[in-house]
Amino acid sequence: MNELLGGVKTLNKKLLRDLWRVKGQVLAIILVIGAGIALLVMSRGMMASLDTTMRVYYARYQFAEIFAPAKRAPNRILSDIRAISGVSAVEGRIVGGGLVDLPDEAAPISAQFVSIDPDAARRINNVAIARGGMPSALRGGEALLLEPFAAAHGLSPGDEIAVTMHGARRVFRIAGTANSPEFIYMIPPGDFASDPARYAVLWAPRAEMEAAYDLDGAFNEAVLTLSHGADDRAVIAELDRLLAPYGAIGAYARADQISNKYLTEELKQLGVMDRVMTPLFLIVSAFLLNVVMTRLVQTERTQIGLMKSFGFSNGAIAFHYLSFALVIALIGTAAGWIGGMQLGRMITKIYQHYFHFPFLIFVPEFRTVNAALMASGLTAGLGGIVAVAAAARLTPAVAMRPPAPPNYRRGGVVGAELLRIDQPTRMFLRRIVRHPFRAGLTVIGIGAAMGLAVMMRFNHNAVDYMLDASFNVIDRSDVLVTFAEPLSETAIYEFKAMDGVLYVEPMRSTPALFIHDGKERLAGVTGIPDAPVLNRALDSDLREVETHGDGVILAQQYADILDIGVGDMLTIEVREGRRPTLEIPVAGFIEAMIGTPAYMKKEALDRALKEPERISGVLLKIDPNKREEIYARLKETPMAAGVSLRREAYKNFQKLLDEGPGTFRDIMTVVSIIIAVGVVYNNARIAFIERERDLATLRILGFTKIETGYVLLGELAALTIIALPVGSLIGFLLWSYVATAMSTDLYMIPIVVKAAGFGYAAIVVIAAAILAGAFVQRDINKFDLVPVLKSRE
Amino acid sequence: MRGPIAAFADPDQDATPRPAYIEGVSVNEQPAFRTRGLAKIYGEGPTAVHALRGVDLEIPKGELVVLLGPSGSGKSTLLNILGGIDRATSGEALFFGEDLVRMDDRRLTRYRRKHVGFVFQFYNLMPSLTARENVELVAEIAEKPMDAMEALDRVGLKNRADHFPSELSGGEQQRVAIARAIAKQPTVLFCDEPTGALDIKTGVGVLRALQDLNTTLGATTLIITHAAATGAIADRVLHLADGQLRKVDVNETKKKPEELVW
Repeated sequence: MNELLGGVKTLNKKLLRDLWRVKGQVLAIILVIGAGIALLVMSRGMMASLDTTMRVYYARYQFAEIFAPAKRAPNRILSDIRAISGVSAVEGRIVGGGLVDLPDEAAPISAQFVSIDPDAARRINNVAIARGGMPSALRGGEALLLEPFAAAHGLSPGDEIAVTMHGARRVFRIAGTANSPEFIYMIPPGDFASDPARYAVLWAPRAEMEAAYDLDGAFNEAVLTLSHGADDRAVIAELDRLLAPYGAIGAYARADQISNKYLTEELKQLGVMDRVMTPLFLIVSAFLLNVVMTRLVQTERTQIGLMKSFGFSNGAIAFHYLSFALVIALIGTAAGWIGGMQLGRMITKIYQHYFHFPFLIFVPEFRTVNAALMASGLTAGLGGIVAVAAAARLTPAVAMRPPAPPNYRRGGVVGAELLRIDQPTRMFLRRIVRHPFRAGLTVIGIGAAMGLAVMMRFNHNAVDYMLDASFNVIDRSDVLVTFAEPLSETAIYEFKAMDGVLYVEPMRSTPALFIHDGKERLAGVTGIPDAPVLNRALDSDLREVETHGDGVILAQQYADILDIGVGDMLTIEVREGRRPTLEIPVAGFIEAMIGTPAYMKKEALDRALKEPERISGVLLKIDPNKREEIYARLKETPMAAGVSLRREAYKNFQKLLDEGPGTFRDIMTVVSIIIAVGVVYNNARIAFIERERDLATLRILGFTKIETGYVLLGELAALTIIALPVGSLIGFLLWSYVATAMSTDLYMIPIVVKAAGFGYAAIVVIAAAILAGAFVQRDINKFDLVPVLKSRE
Repeated sequence: MRGPIAAFADPDQDATPRPAYIEGVSVNEQPAFRTRGLAKIYGEGPTAVHALRGVDLEIPKGELVVLLGPSGSGKSTLLNILGGIDRATSGEALFFGEDLVRMDDRRLTRYRRKHVGFVFQFYNLMPSLTARENVELVAEIAEKPMDAMEALDRVGLKNRADHFPSELSGGEQQRVAIARAIAKQPTVLFCDEPTGALDIKTGVGVLRALQDLNTTLGATTLIITHAAATGAIADRVLHLADGQLRKVDVNETKKKPEELVW
């Protein structure tokens, strides 16, 4: 070490030695700052990487800004659309749902089919060819397949794939595989999470799609890009007007496109984590630095006096001690940067599983360097400033005298005299009461660590709760079959007739535009049958939603979106069939967990639509032993536009959660242990140094190592115990904020509070405290008694 | 011969007899301490410091002994070794026949806990405990402790029992420290410069308290000082210099601290 110091100025040598002397504490602080900075680098970098990749991808591949689905619109209307002010380009394409039948997969797989013009120079929603090439319009029978799906099933260009589209079975040869900005996040209808293996997209030449969907010279979805600064709402309104005669469901902007929506929600959630976590860590770091710095200045009063008497200015001394904090902060930042890069790369791999970009590379956001440096510099400043100011303020004469001895006075401790407690306990209780501010900070520091653990646990519980509620309580079906368009209720007999189908429940839903008081929202209404068995409408407390008469029950979010209350009339423009416009009273609101549903009694909906006994899909309960046969039958069912296997989805989702958020949760648990150990260890070390003399005296008086340790560690144990309810509260508040901030239109994160969550976090914190305590007990075990006899306070 | 060390060698044996002098009946003529070739070297190689260079001495039980010598003479090292807070490099230090040099940490702790009372130059009171609580602190871990108030009474501080150290003068603090040391009814009492931080008048008060306690309690008492005059209050004066025992004076008659000429 000494050789290293050769060229450094004297004060800097002192600085390095000071750091080395308290290396344990310095390490603890570096770890906490490092963890905070790592999360900052990871979340900001991830956000920036996702955001940049998304923007570049969207721009380069002409991701549409407006989507306008219809039933059948003639191609000639496209020139009218192109003439709408603000429209830059438009294409009419054909899209449709269907199934893919893979010989190795028992179950049918939902698929989306999209028309493509292989020879076009420019395309809206262009594809990024991954392998192979464009399908040939001339040869026929060729298609492009979504790359992640192909990869998940080991399919390559040249392979054949059997599909059911618009009720007809046919086989495509895979010309190539591709990614598309439209399908970055693929969520099969009725599912929660992206599963590349369970949702296929095929692009077929337009002629093939026209034939398959019977849309010669027509399209069923217009996709548009806008010129810069165009008013998308005006364009949507005009589109809806133009396409209304052709069965328009309602045009929507890119913001409501499902893949984009999940992506932007993900970015938003990363932002929430960043906003909550980084400050939390830096506050704890500042606190730790403050504790260490205050102690350093106290022990160095004499040196400060000496330095001042030698003529060092206040500024030089302040700078000297501040650089102590800054060096720690800088090392922490560097460590955090390296850690954040590693975490970022790790998380990127997980993201690549969910989000299908042709490329996604974790690049730390350059601005984050500044942010990290500023954050840790601020931390160092906050942590050091009080101590440094105190150091600079001391006059040389005062500084060279020892500080006033701890001044305990009678009456300071209420009750302690009344209790029959032993003296060692009394010692630490008095110390806590005498330094309430420091004790309070320690409690908050430990509480922060616990809060983090509580939050992560609740996050876990909430997801479990959502899954359990969704798959085991709300929807108890095994298979959901959706139809391309509503069918007569008699369709259920076809399913009932299948061997092994135990129960068939019809479902009815219709797309619609909700309008109230000048505000509107593209949505859907679900008709609830009397006494549903498989899929029940339940609110977030799992209470059955009660529909009243002809009224509609809305998800709570609509109250704000549409500024609507109970009893108000809601205008519902149905975007299906005869497209009636309905006036329905709002009967109530519910807290829904998933999506923003609107419920009506099925009878009432049928009556309002004047379409009795139509169903848009069926839910099946099946005999698990007949699963293979049923799957085989479903593959051949022409009316099925989508098949969702609930059990598979459940299992798959849990697997994904373990890989993705599970990893994140493990990281956060480690991090909360770091904080707890850091806080407790630092506090214990300081208490140890401050009381070394007292503790050694106790040893000399014949107290054993354990008995002596008790005086010190008892205090920490007491503070840790006090911190448990504080940490529970911090955790609850953090979680309430995070759950609310992360809740979206897609799903509402329930604020599930389970005692076990607090228990888990308490165990983490107590284990950390014991670990820190063990470090300090080790110091007690080996310290030298002799110098104590001669030392003053 | 079963020495008192046996009592802490096996803590479960409550039947072990207390040292005879506690009952005031002198049946055991073994000295409290006997050292042979006691040496202590700090450090190694060329920088090694020889604090003790082979000390042979005997301290009869019940005596008041003053250790005199200049700084660096080794008197503190000797007291630390006999007090069980430091370990000799070689030689033996027998406490009623048991060798302190060969005891491990646990047994040394037990030795201090059962037999040794310490009075430090800077009192070393627990600032967060009142005078009475400081005494009770030790009484709680002692086997047959004296009542804390009685101990304070013996040093004349009964009426200051509920004061915190910061509310007491230096002399008062040192007397609390003495009360704390005697509360366990120690076999030996070690005082390292007990008057070092005090003015003469206060120091005399402290020495008188120590002399009185030596007479009334019979605890073998070792006092370190560099004030030669203090030797007159002792039964025996050990002169140390350069790590060696140079001279032993035995006083036929002890002076009272008030009679000392400074």
